[in-house]
Amino acid sequence: MTLTHYLVLAAILFAIGATTVLLRRNAIIVFMGVELMLNSTNLLLVTFARMHGDLTGQVLAFFVMVVAAAEVVVGLGIIVSIFRTRRSASVDDVNLLKS
Amino acid sequence: MHTLMSLTTPAVVTAVEDVVAPVAWDGARHAAWLVVVPLVSAAVLLLLGRRADRWGHWLGVLASAASFVVALVLFLGLLGQPAEQRVHDVSFGTWVDAGALTLDAGLRVDPLSLTFVLLVTFVGTLIHVYSVAYMEHDVDRRRFFAYLNLFVAAMLLLVLADSYLLLFVGWEGVGLASYLLIGFWNHNTAYAVAAKKAFVANRVGDVGLIVAMGLMFAAFGGLDFATVHAGVAGADTGVLTLIGLALLLAACGKSAQFPLQSWLGDAMAGPTPVSALIHAATMVTAGVYLIVRSGEVYAAAPTAQLVVAVVGAITLLFGAIVGCAKDDIKKALAASTMSQIGYMVLAAGLGPIGYAFAIFHLVTHGFFKAGMFLGAGSVMHGMDDQVDMRRFGGLGRYMKITYVTFMAGWLAILGVFPFAGFWSKDKIIEAAFVPVDGEPWRAWVFGGIALLGAGITAFYMSRLFFLTFEGQKRWSAKRDGSAQHPHESPLLMTVPMVVLAVGSVGLGWFLSSAGFVEWLEPSVGHAEHHEPVLPVPVIVGATLAVVLVGLVLAWRMYAVSTVPVAPPRGTVLTRAARQDLYQDVVNDAALVDPGRYLTRSLVYGDKAVVDGAVTGLGKVTVGVGDAVRRVQTGYARSYAASTVVGLVVLTVVVLAVRG
Repeated sequence: MTLTHYLVLAAILFAIGATTVLLRRNAIIVFMGVELMLNSTNLLLVTFARMHGDLTGQVLAFFVMVVAAAEVVVGLGIIVSIFRTRRSASVDDVNLLKS
Repeated sequence: MHTLMSLTTPAVVTAVEDVVAPVAWDGARHAAWLVVVPLVSAAVLLLLGRRADRWGHWLGVLASAASFVVALVLFLGLLGQPAEQRVHDVSFGTWVDAGALTLDAGLRVDPLSLTFVLLVTFVGTLIHVYSVAYMEHDVDRRRFFAYLNLFVAAMLLLVLADSYLLLFVGWEGVGLASYLLIGFWNHNTAYAVAAKKAFVANRVGDVGLIVAMGLMFAAFGGLDFATVHAGVAGADTGVLTLIGLALLLAACGKSAQFPLQSWLGDAMAGPTPVSALIHAATMVTAGVYLIVRSGEVYAAAPTAQLVVAVVGAITLLFGAIVGCAKDDIKKALAASTMSQIGYMVLAAGLGPIGYAFAIFHLVTHGFFKAGMFLGAGSVMHGMDDQVDMRRFGGLGRYMKITYVTFMAGWLAILGVFPFAGFWSKDKIIEAAFVPVDGEPWRAWVFGGIALLGAGITAFYMSRLFFLTFEGQKRWSAKRDGSAQHPHESPLLMTVPMVVLAVGSVGLGWFLSSAGFVEWLEPSVGHAEHHEPVLPVPVIVGATLAVVLVGLVLAWRMYAVSTVPVAPPRGTVLTRAARQDLYQDVVNDAALVDPGRYLTRSLVYGDKAVVDGAVTGLGKVTVGVGDAVRRVQTGYARSYAASTVVGLVVLTVVVLAVRG
C-alpha cells in the first residue's frame, strides 16, 4: 500500500461525490455526495498524517467530522422544512432566488 | 485744430475755483435730479401696480415736467457762466474700483448734454401729455407711463454721463425701454417679434460700444471723457481708427444707420407716442450724440471719420428711397427718420464743421418729426387706427388742427424758408459741399448726395402729406362695419401738436439768431469758416429747386390725379423699396440663417457626442448586466458546476504555471 493508492482512492471518492452533487436532483442524495467528498478529504488528511508521523492531520479530520455532523443536522432540517412546504425534495424546484 | 483742443478742454468744477472766477457755480450737482425723478416715478408706477391706475399717468407727466424744470434751471445757470466755464464734470463718488480701472460715477453738464436734456424733457413732457389722451382706452396706461418715465431717466443718464461706462448704462436703459414699448401690445405676436428684432439689432451695435470701451481702457487707461480726450494726442492712429469704427457700429445700431437699420421700420409696432418720442426725436439720435461726443477721437482718425460720413450718406439715400414706396404712414415716417438721421451722421462725419449742424438738425428734427408722428397718431385716432395712406385722403377738411400742425412739420422737413429745416438741413447740405483737407471730390460726392436726398425727401414727404390730407376720400369702413367719421382729437392731443408745430415753424430761426452754434462751441469745438466748392447762394438755390421739383412731382401724382386704393405693381425699384431694399432678406441670408444652422448643428453635436457618451455608458452597463443576469439561473446544481469547473481551471492554471 503506497501513498499513491490512498491518493487515487481519495480522488475517486471525491469525483463520485462531486458527480453525485452535480447530477442528482434529490436533495438527500446530493447531501450524501457532499458527505462522500468530505470523507475523501478526511482520508487524505489521515493518510498524510500517518506519512509524516504527525497527528495534526488526524486532529483536523476530527474537526471535519464534527463540522460535517453539525452541517448534516442543519441541512437535513432545511430539507425537511422545504419538503413540508413544497412537497418536493428536488433541488431544482428551489429556485426562488433567481432574478 | 489746436484752437479746438484748447477750447474743448473740460473745466472740472474744482479746477475753476481760482481767484479770477466770479462765483463758482455748483448747480451742476443738481443734474442728478434729472435722472432720479423719472426713475423713482417709474419705480413707483411699476411697484404699486393696479393701485396706481387712476392717477399713474399724471404722476408720469409730473415726473417728466419736473425734469424739464430742473433742466431749465440748469440751463439758466449755465447761461450765466462765461463760455469757457460751461463744461462741468461733477462726481458722485467712486463707482468702479477694479484693479487698474478706477471710475467715478459722474455727470457732465455742458452745452451739448444740456441741449439734449432740454430736448428730451421738453418733447418728452409734451408726448407724455399727448399719451394721456391717446392711451385713454388702454387698460395698461399706467404701465405705459412707467416705461416712458424709465425711458426718460435712461436717456438723460445717457446724455449726462461723463464716462463711456455710465453712458453705456443709459444706452442699455433706453434699449430696454424701447424694447418694452415696441412690444407694449405684445399679445400681438408680430409686435412682440418686432420688439425682439429691435432688441437684437441694438445688441449688435452694443458690441461695438463694448469693444470701443475695451480699446479705450487699453489705450488710455480710463473710460471717462476727460481721460480719453487727454489720451488721444499721444495714441496710435490705428487704435484710434478702430475705436472710431467700433463707436460707429454702436451708433449704427442705436440710430438705425446702414447696415443695422432694418429694425426701425418694424419698431413702428409700438404705440404712436413711442414712435414720436423714442424712434424719432430722442433715442435714435443717441448715435449722433455718441459720435459728436467722441469728436476728439474722430479728429485724430480721419479714416474712421470718412466712414462715418459714408454711412450717413448711404443711409440718407436708403431711407429716402424706402420712404417713397411705403404706404403705411408710420413706416413712411420711420424711413424719413432714418434718412434725416443719415443727414446728421453725414454732418458728424464732416468733422468739427458739421458737429454743430448735426446737433442743430437733431433738435429741429426732434420737434418737427415728433410733431408729425403725433399728427399721424391723431389721424389714426380719428380714422379707427387705419395706417394705410391709400385709405386716407381729403382729411384736411375734417381735422383742421392736425392738418395745420402737420403742414408745419412737412414744410419744416422740406427745408422751406423760414421753417426750421431750412436753418438746419440746408446748413448740413452747405457743410457737405465744403472740401475737407483739400479733397474736392468728397465735397462733390457728399454735397451731391445731400442735395439729391433733399429732393427725394421733398417728394416722399409731400406724397405722405397729399395722400393723407389732400385729394379724394378713399376711406374704408371701420372694423365694426360702420362708416368712417374722422374727427379732430381732444385738446390733450392737439395742444402738444400745436406746441411742436410752433417749434417746427420758428425754432430754426430762433436758434440760428440766438447763436446756437456758438453756444455749442465749448462742447464740440470751434470750426474755422471754410468756403464750399460752390457759392452759398447757388447751393441754397439748388436745394430749393430740387425741393420744388419733388413737391410738384408729388402734387401731380398724389393730389390732383386719382390714387388707386390697391398699390400698383410699380417698377423694380418700387417693389424693392417696399421690401426695405431687401435688407431683411440680406440679413436673413447673411446672418440669421447661418446662425440658425450653427445653433442647430451645435445642438445636434451636443446630443450626438456629449449626450451620446453619457447615455452610451449607461446603455453598455445595462447590456452587460442583462447578459450576466442570465447566468443566475437559480439552479443550485449549475452554481455547483461552475464552482467545480472554476476549481478545475484554477488547478490546471496553477499546475501549468508552476510547470
